[in-house]
Amino acid sequence: MSATIDAAALPDARGYFGPYGGMYVPETLMAPLRQLAAEYARAKADPAFQRELADLMRDYTGRPTPLYFAEGLTRELGGARIYLKREDLLHTGAHKINNALGQALLARRMGKRRVIAETGAGQHGVATATVAAKFGFQCTIYMGEVDMDRQALNVARMRFLGAEVVPVTAGQRTLKEAVNEAMRDWVTRVRDTHYILGTAYGSHPYPAMVRDFHRVIGIEARAQILDKEGRLPNLVCACVGGGSNAIGIFSAFLDDPGVRLVGVEAGGRGIIPGQHASRFHGGSLGVLQGTRSFILQDEHGQILNTHSVSAGLDYAAVGPEHAYLRDSGRAEYTFATDDEAIDAFQRLAKIEGIIPALESAHAVAHAIKTAPSMTGNQILMINLSGRGDKDVQQAATFVGLT
Amino acid sequence: MASNRIDERFAALRASGSRAFVAYLTAGDPTPDATPGLVMALERAGCDIIELGVPFSDPIADGPTIQQAFQRALESGTHMARVLEIIAEVRRCSRVPIVIFSYYNPVMRYGDQAFVADAAAAGADGLLLLDMPPEEAGGLIGECDRAGLRWVTLVAPTTPAERLPALVGRSSGFVYFVSREGVTGARESLSSGIAAGVARIREHTRAPVCVGFGISTEGQVREVAADADGVVVGSAIVGQIAAHGGASDLCERVEAFARPLAAAAHGGAVR
Repeated sequence: MSATIDAAALPDARGYFGPYGGMYVPETLMAPLRQLAAEYARAKADPAFQRELADLMRDYTGRPTPLYFAEGLTRELGGARIYLKREDLLHTGAHKINNALGQALLARRMGKRRVIAETGAGQHGVATATVAAKFGFQCTIYMGEVDMDRQALNVARMRFLGAEVVPVTAGQRTLKEAVNEAMRDWVTRVRDTHYILGTAYGSHPYPAMVRDFHRVIGIEARAQILDKEGRLPNLVCACVGGGSNAIGIFSAFLDDPGVRLVGVEAGGRGIIPGQHASRFHGGSLGVLQGTRSFILQDEHGQILNTHSVSAGLDYAAVGPEHAYLRDSGRAEYTFATDDEAIDAFQRLAKIEGIIPALESAHAVAHAIKTAPSMTGNQILMINLSGRGDKDVQQAATFVGLT
Repeated sequence: MASNRIDERFAALRASGSRAFVAYLTAGDPTPDATPGLVMALERAGCDIIELGVPFSDPIADGPTIQQAFQRALESGTHMARVLEIIAEVRRCSRVPIVIFSYYNPVMRYGDQAFVADAAAAGADGLLLLDMPPEEAGGLIGECDRAGLRWVTLVAPTTPAERLPALVGRSSGFVYFVSREGVTGARESLSSGIAAGVARIREHTRAPVCVGFGISTEGQVREVAADADGVVVGSAIVGQIAAHGGASDLCERVEAFARPLAAAAHGGAVR
């Protein structure tokens, strides 16, 4: 079995998880990022900050989220006992609000009056627009044009919440380009603006900070499964775009060597360049958008196009801590294709009455593949990171319902 | 450190009391074959140093003008190895100092050591990477030093005083002062605080200080040249290439555009 990981020691002072991470940013951002890291370190140690965050998580966003025994899916698959960590029930419909709320409190501490964010599926954009409304920040969200089209419901939600949604028309017009635009905005208005980056990616301190704000997912899930079953799960799986929901749930189990941790990337139409977003299956080491990690690139170091039916996983890079966990053997990474994710989306809806986000459906797809080969006394936990209301139109088109 | 074309140029400019005019263009825009001619045209116009951009698909520090130039260059098949060939071609007939301007990933993919060796062999004189602060660049700076390439460090308006000594201490050739918070691109007005920013840098280094980002007109060049050792114009030149990329007299147009800008930097001094 793999070694345990001293998660509290990572990243190091330079923002590295082993050889991954760091601060690859324009000089203009170095001082603000250092200020952010310092302020975050102070906030983390400040009981008043932690108390306010915990109160808001309970009363505003609805934590703890339930851990639900999926009896129907367990029976249907005929193997492991399947549990769903119900982040889909959280306010705004996905785990993203954990991080947006934490960073909003930090932005207020730093006296920032404006927040910006990138979004792919729109869930992080909605979460950011939500906390901006609550705390009275001006809010601008960058979103690729293709994603605005396929996640139109979330665009409308952001606008009702008072955010300005700026379409990004460069390149492939999806998440990577939205991150580029958000970074360009930040470099221009860094003095009054905080960039609420939405995943465990980018320059230090984002990968560590975003992980910490999502760590509550794993802490709750671990306590809940001990309460319900009296033992830890055999396997925990989660989808991985940048990797925030996965790192959130994984981080609480790193010191439990008997718990297999499996991240599920987007296999798209198969592992063919340009047709997927599986960085660990078609990618290589590189530097993109502030950090050193696995990225999808061509032989000249240009970033490749990606494809996934799920906008939130349709991204050319993966968070540096995941690369580190993979090297160490503590976590494994696989992928699910578009077809498998759509199938899982439909089956969870029909069997459990739960429509998952297309992102989360990739984790469900892995469970569908794996659970039958496990025994009836083993436990498989899925991080159901978001709900699928936003995806109904897209899924209907995919299966030819419309 | 062995002498280098950048150092020689600044020494000559200082001796004549003049400032450097630094011109940026993207290699491979509109095509790789057109680039050597454009470099020569800029040299004829009076440019002292060429910043030659190596296109990258995700240029987070660049505004729309250079983003689009990168896109055109990538579509015309430009990549790092091709850019080094372009530099070697220029070197056959010119001694104009060339600084390679890019992002780290294309360099990393080529391999740090191989890149520095091949760039020096091709005739490049310096390296400027927009997303690589010295904290991440230790190994690469060492490689450049050994190969005689200058490492150009960026200083921003947000750079705190306590960071400056270490930052400019790593710079060789010249220090690049980013005149404003933001991305590259022409602006109607200069940012305030350029003179103060340059003075702040000079407290810590005797290296020449060049100022760029947002400078596009003769008047702006003249104003910045009063305070700095060099003035960088990028997007305005790239804009000319964007507008006239297909014209048979593209080189003449770019030369005519750059000539008054260079003269403004030189303050009328005859070289």
